[in-house]
Parts: sequence; C-alpha cells; structure tokens
Amino acid sequence: MLDAKIPDGPMAEKWTRHKFNMKLVNPANKRKFNVIVVGTGLAGASAAASLSEMGYHVKSFCFQDSPRRAHSIAAQGGINAAKNYPNDGDSVHRLFYDTVKGGDYRSREANVHRLAEVSVNIIDQCVAQGVPFAREYGGYLDNRSFGGAQVSRTFYARGQTGQQLLLGAYSALMKESARGNVELFTRREMLDLIVVEGRTVGIVTRNLITGQIESHTADAVILATGGYGNVFYLSTNAMGSNVTAAWRAHRRGAYFANPCYTQIHPTCIPVHGDFQSKLTLMSESLRNDGRIWVPRNEGDTRRPSEIPEEERNYYLEEKYPSFGNLVPRDVASRNAKEWCDKGFGVGATKTAVYLDFRDAIARDGEDTIRAKYGNLFDMYERIVDDNPYQTPMMIYPAVHYTMGGLWVDYNLMSNLDGLHVLGEANFSDHGANRLGASALMQGLADGYFVIPYTLGDYIAKAGPAGIGTDHPEVKRVEEEVTGRIDKLVNSKGKKTVDEFHRELGLIMWDKCGMARNEAGLKEALQKIPELRAEFHENVNVTGSPGTFNQVLERAGRVSDFLEFSEVMVRDALHRGESCGGHFREESQTDEGEAKRNDDEYCHVSAWEFNGVDKEPTLHKEPLTFEEVALTQRSYK
Amino acid sequence: MAGNTINVTLKVWRQADKNARGAFASYSVKNISTDASFLEMLDVVNTGLEKEDKDPIVFDHDCREGICGMCGAVVNGVAHGPQSATTLCQLHMRKFKDGETIVLEPWRSAAFPVIKDLAVDRTAFDRIIEAGGFISVKTGQAPDAHAVAVPKIKADAAMDAASCIGCGACVAACPNASASLFTAAKVTQFAKLPQGDPERRSRVVAMVEQMDHEGFGSCSKHYECEAACPKEIKVENITNMNREYMRALVTRD
Repeated sequence: MLDAKIPDGPMAEKWTRHKFNMKLVNPANKRKFNVIVVGTGLAGASAAASLSEMGYHVKSFCFQDSPRRAHSIAAQGGINAAKNYPNDGDSVHRLFYDTVKGGDYRSREANVHRLAEVSVNIIDQCVAQGVPFAREYGGYLDNRSFGGAQVSRTFYARGQTGQQLLLGAYSALMKESARGNVELFTRREMLDLIVVEGRTVGIVTRNLITGQIESHTADAVILATGGYGNVFYLSTNAMGSNVTAAWRAHRRGAYFANPCYTQIHPTCIPVHGDFQSKLTLMSESLRNDGRIWVPRNEGDTRRPSEIPEEERNYYLEEKYPSFGNLVPRDVASRNAKEWCDKGFGVGATKTAVYLDFRDAIARDGEDTIRAKYGNLFDMYERIVDDNPYQTPMMIYPAVHYTMGGLWVDYNLMSNLDGLHVLGEANFSDHGANRLGASALMQGLADGYFVIPYTLGDYIAKAGPAGIGTDHPEVKRVEEEVTGRIDKLVNSKGKKTVDEFHRELGLIMWDKCGMARNEAGLKEALQKIPELRAEFHENVNVTGSPGTFNQVLERAGRVSDFLEFSEVMVRDALHRGESCGGHFREESQTDEGEAKRNDDEYCHVSAWEFNGVDKEPTLHKEPLTFEEVALTQRSYK
Repeated sequence: MAGNTINVTLKVWRQADKNARGAFASYSVKNISTDASFLEMLDVVNTGLEKEDKDPIVFDHDCREGICGMCGAVVNGVAHGPQSATTLCQLHMRKFKDGETIVLEPWRSAAFPVIKDLAVDRTAFDRIIEAGGFISVKTGQAPDAHAVAVPKIKADAAMDAASCIGCGACVAACPNASASLFTAAKVTQFAKLPQGDPERRSRVVAMVEQMDHEGFGSCSKHYECEAACPKEIKVENITNMNREYMRALVTRD
C-alpha cells in the first residue's frame, strides 16, 4: 500500500502542523548539502532559487540555452490565488473546493488544500520580484474570472502571465547564480537517474553541444521536468518538451501515477496541414468574451457572417446555462468534438468551431477587446491569415497539459528516497482535470513554498548521501547511457525520427485522446510495441554522438515516448470510468457527461516498471474525501 | 488560408562548430505550403537531408509560439525576417514569393559566437541579468501584494519593457552589435516599479558594465534594434537607461 504521508489533524491545519513537526537543518549545515534541480520552469527555477537562498548548494539543469526558455513561459492567461481582492466571496476553502471539484474528485484533498493556502503568498512574492501584473487605475491588482470558476481570482500580466512569472523566477535564479550558490548547467539533458541502495543520489546528463556524458551526485534530486503531452506529437507543448527525465526515473523504480489523465485544451488553432509541427493555444480567457457556436444546419458552408442568429447553435450556453462558455476545459473540449463528429464542424477540415467576438465588440467596442486580447488576436492573424475582429476565430481542442506524472507523497517525494518531483511532472494536485490558471499556481507553490520545507525535513532525517561520481554505480549507469546512445547513432534505417513520432502521435490521438474505449485501447496496446520494434530496426539517426546533434536528441526522446505511451494506454484501459479529462465512452451519463465510478476507481493508479514489453504492476492509493462530498460534477 | 504552394531556394550558413570555417549551402525547396511556418519549412528541408543521410541544419527553437525567444536567424539581411513584430517561428511562408531565394544566416556578433549552423551562444545575455537584472527579495520576505499601490501607467510601462523575450535580434540588427535594447528593457522594467527602487542605481551600473565587458558595442542610435524587435520594445528604453546610468553616477542607492 502506498503511504501518502498525509499529516493528521483538520484539513485547514494539516500544513501548519506538518511544518512545525518537521525536522530542521541548522542554517550553518545547509551549505554542506547539495541539491540537483532538473528543469528551470516555474517549479524548477523557483525551487532552485529558494533552496539556494536558504543556503543549500544547488545545481540547476535545463536542455535549453537559457533557464528563461522553459515552457512555463508560454502560459498566457493567468494565475489563481485566493486573495479575494474583488470581495466576491473567494476564500482558501473555495479555491480548494473548486480545484477538488474541477479535478473530478481524483486529487488528494490535503495537497490541494495546501496549494490553496500558499496561493496567496505566491502573488506577494511575484509582486516583490517586480512581476508587472495588470493593475487598475487605483494602482491595485486587477483580477479576472477563468474557466471553471465563478469568482474573479485570476491575476494576469496581459496575455503573457507565464512569461512574466517565469522571468521573475529566472531573475531569482540568476541572483543566486551570481552569488555562486547555484551552478547552472544549460544545454544539458538528463538521461538517467542514479539510485544507490534505494536512495536517489544523482543524475547522468548529456552535454548537448559536445555530446559529453556527465554525472552529478547530490544529497537529493528534484525533477521539475514538465509534462508528457508531446507523446501525441501534436500538442501545445514546446518542441523540446519530453518525458525522458520522468521516464528514466520510472525505469529506476519511481511509480508513474495516473498517466491517462491528459488535458485537451478547448481553444487552440485547428490543425491545417501534414507539415504541422505543433499546435498553438489561444488563452481560454477568450471564453470570457467570445461565444462558441456551430451552425444549426449540418454541413452549412456559408460564411459565418451570413448565418443568421437563429441558425447559430451556441451549444455551451444552451446546455450549461449557469457556466455557459466558462465550463471547465474537459467539458468544453468534449462538446466541441461531439458537434464536429456529428458533422457540424466548420472550416476547410470541418474540425473546428467558431469563437465569436461579434457581440462583445458591439457591446464594449473594438478598442476594449483589443486592450484585453490584442496580442492573441495578432497571433491568430499571423498564423491563420484571417482577421478575428471581423470573422469569428476557428478553434479546436488540442493536447495541452498532463495531470498524471510521477507519484509523490504529501512531501512531494516519490517512492524513491530522495527523489522529489514538482510542478507538472508530478501527479498530485489537479486530479483528472486541471482548472485554468492553476498550473502556474501549482508550479510556484511547489517551488517557492512547499519544497523548501519538505526537502529540509528529508535532508535532516536522511543526512548526507556521501556518494561521489567515482562510485561504481555511477559508472555503471553512465555506461548504460553511452550504450543507449551508441545504439541509436548506429541505427541506419530508412525512416526519420519524426516519422515515428507522428505515427505514435496518431495512435495516441485516435485511441487514447479525447474519448477512449476498450477496443481502441486494446488496439493501441497491439500497435505501440510493433511501432517501437520498428523504430529500433528502421530509424535513421544521422550524425555522430560527440557533436551538437538534434536528431540524436529527438531520437532519445521519441524512444522513451514509445515506451511511456504503453503505460499511458494501460492506465486508460484499467480506469473503466470516466473522470475529468479521461473519458471512457463506456461510462457516461444519459446526457453524455463523464460518469465516475467511485466504488471501483476512487484511487490513484501508480504503476511500477517491470521492464519494457512486460506488464507493469499497479499500486493503488485510495482517495478519501473528508471536506468535499463526492458528487456528480454539474456545470448547469 | 489559401492552401497554395511555392518553390524557394534556400542559401543557408553551414558551420560545423565554433572553430570551423562556415560557408553557404544551397537547397532547393519544392512545393512548400504557404500556410507552413518558416521553421516548418526548415523541418521539411531537414527531413529531406535526413533521408539522404546528411547532417540536417541545426537551428534553435522551442515553443514555436513567439514567446520563448529561442529561435531566430537573419533572413535576407533582416533579423527574424520580413514581417514586423514577428519571431522566426511565427513567420509564415505566405510572406515569400514563388521562386524567391532566401538567404539565412545566424545572429552575427562577437558576443554571440556561432555554435553550429544557425545556433549561437547567447549566454552573454544571462550574464547581464546575473549582474543585476533582479530584485533582491528572498522567498518568504514579501509583504502583501497590495502593500504598495503602483500607478497603472507605470505598471503598464514596466510590462511593455518586460515583454522582451531575450532572443537577441536587437544585437543581430545593430551595426555595432549593441545589447543596449535588451539591457535597457530590464533596467526600465525595474526602474518603473517601486519594488525596484532600492537597487535602482547599482543595478544599472552593474548591468551596463557587464554589457560592455561581454564585448557588445555601444549604441549610436541607428534604431535598427527597435525595427527588428519581435516584441516592439521601444528605443525610449535606451534613453531611459542612459538617464538612469547618469543618475547613478552622481547619486548612490
């Protein structure tokens, strides 16, 4: 049985009590401990900076050329916090409640409550760092509402909130680097985890410029390496986002939890060609003013402006009168797919719906809309070559975020001693569906306000690891990594890495995407191992290992996606219920909504690796709900 | 979304590593969709090279949404190419003519050495930030976010400056390879905010000194940086930085 180590006591006091009960590391001793932080997004950069400020010696790793490039930078809409500045009834409890409900009762209550508690500190910290949040004329911070919430608790910096928060965390990181207490390792990719006698003591990396294989040991390792959305090939993730760090940790024993929970974001620019390399998200803040519709007549090919009001189907407003266009992401996405599948889709490919600002522009004026969403409208026009002030945007759901991740306990430590996992890379706070503006909140909560406490407790109890890079296990893992790279580089087949990645993506999107069923998932379990076998026989990796070799980088990542995808499908197959972003066609209400099965599936599924081509072992962490009663979600 | 295709000839700077001699190589690109992004066009070229077992063109890129700042190259002599306020990843092939020859070079600046092909080393920018591009507040020290009101006009001006994505196009476009726009944007962001005030003077001095130390040139007001900036950062920031710098020389924090 997995022990989540949830502290005793009433929900609202757990974190406070736990902080008091933790062991502390004497300030003078902190400098003797080394911590590795992999990833420099919101979670990684904030953790590395905060731990360094406390006195730990930190090594920070990223595969990009600078820590400032991590994909948190692309988050647009905002960050939630229970500040209740608008005086509209928000509170820690309401944010906690909304997040548990929004996650369709598949998250761990105690973690979510802590998240809501520290959310208020995040805003304070970011303002002090000089993050230029949007303000009102009185000089105080502006808030807006976001999908899945009926209060305005979202703080934002135009349509670039992620950028500004990341640059804040990056500046804190660079401040510590200037002090010499953080060592930065950019253009390094983590390729393996070093575990000695059950304790995580280091990582093996590849220098992406020289190809050199390097090892780093420490007293604790933190992975903040993001999500696995690129298993679908097309997603809104950055091109480099990958599962390798998490997957390699999984192969060394860390459990992978709820991998089937993926979020399909409702407002993305539709796919338009075979050459397409990625999808672009349009912030869902657009749903505050845009109205989503499809024509009432199947196959209507008239221009949207020629379709009269009574022939437009504002399907979200009709079906969910109280939330309307602001229903949670999973609900909005599924409804878009449903109408397109029924033949009501618009655009050249018929896989899009309209997001129309006509009424908002008539009501507020074009200038007001431009001030709110100007950069998003410009981006749309740049990509699609169409003016959204005049013609409704066309949108379609796309893979955006992954709620699943490495299993962690309340202290954000995995089942492997010393391996901590933060941000999107862990599974803990969003259950089966993440609410808008909550990813930034979780990343920074983990990095600024959770791990600085829980890591101290771990180090105080575990003491120094005492493993150097000359340890035989370190050498053994290095050799394994080198062997893997040599095997890839010697693959001189006929197909490119990207061709395999696209094929995998299509399997995943068709069989394990917005809707899943038993037959399809079983088919995927046939196809994935075949594709994986073909990859190792027929992939062509150009160039040599000792150079800046982007084909080799991608080959390693795709190779890991080809392994990871299988456990994702297995998890989706095991979970015979629908919940949040995981929609099993066999389990729906009469109205076609996700139907949970709390009797059988009110648990976290944590998978243990037993070898490629071997079935993983399922461990269950039962979920109990003390504060929020388990009910069927309703947004009507 | 016309769905047209064009043929172009690509002349790309190829350089095996930092110390190698580089040269232009020509590639003929057939039937490329005008809806493809510039980087997707490069993907197509690279797939072709991989199929011939040749080394594909190395170029930095990540988000492909115009925000991470990782991509960038000089297209026909213009940093990030012909469309204003647009990063290379957001540039689309509909901006090019059928039969056109496109010349593609890396950012050229002594402070941005070429690593391979179109990828350059921009860590000099990180070191400028390290010199002072931060507010020295530790986690946990912050007062309530509403403890200090910030006039909207100042917050908006700080946000304008803070939009910089650190791509380096300003340096590539500048005849002197100056990093003034990049540095000035960060100086201005913090100078506009009360939170930045305690380190206002030391910050600008340290960042300007680091900029010079890295080997970037001086600003001699060509304003090419502003024209090339995908985020439309204004040269007024440089004026502001110079004012901040002068002020710092005669007063102290």
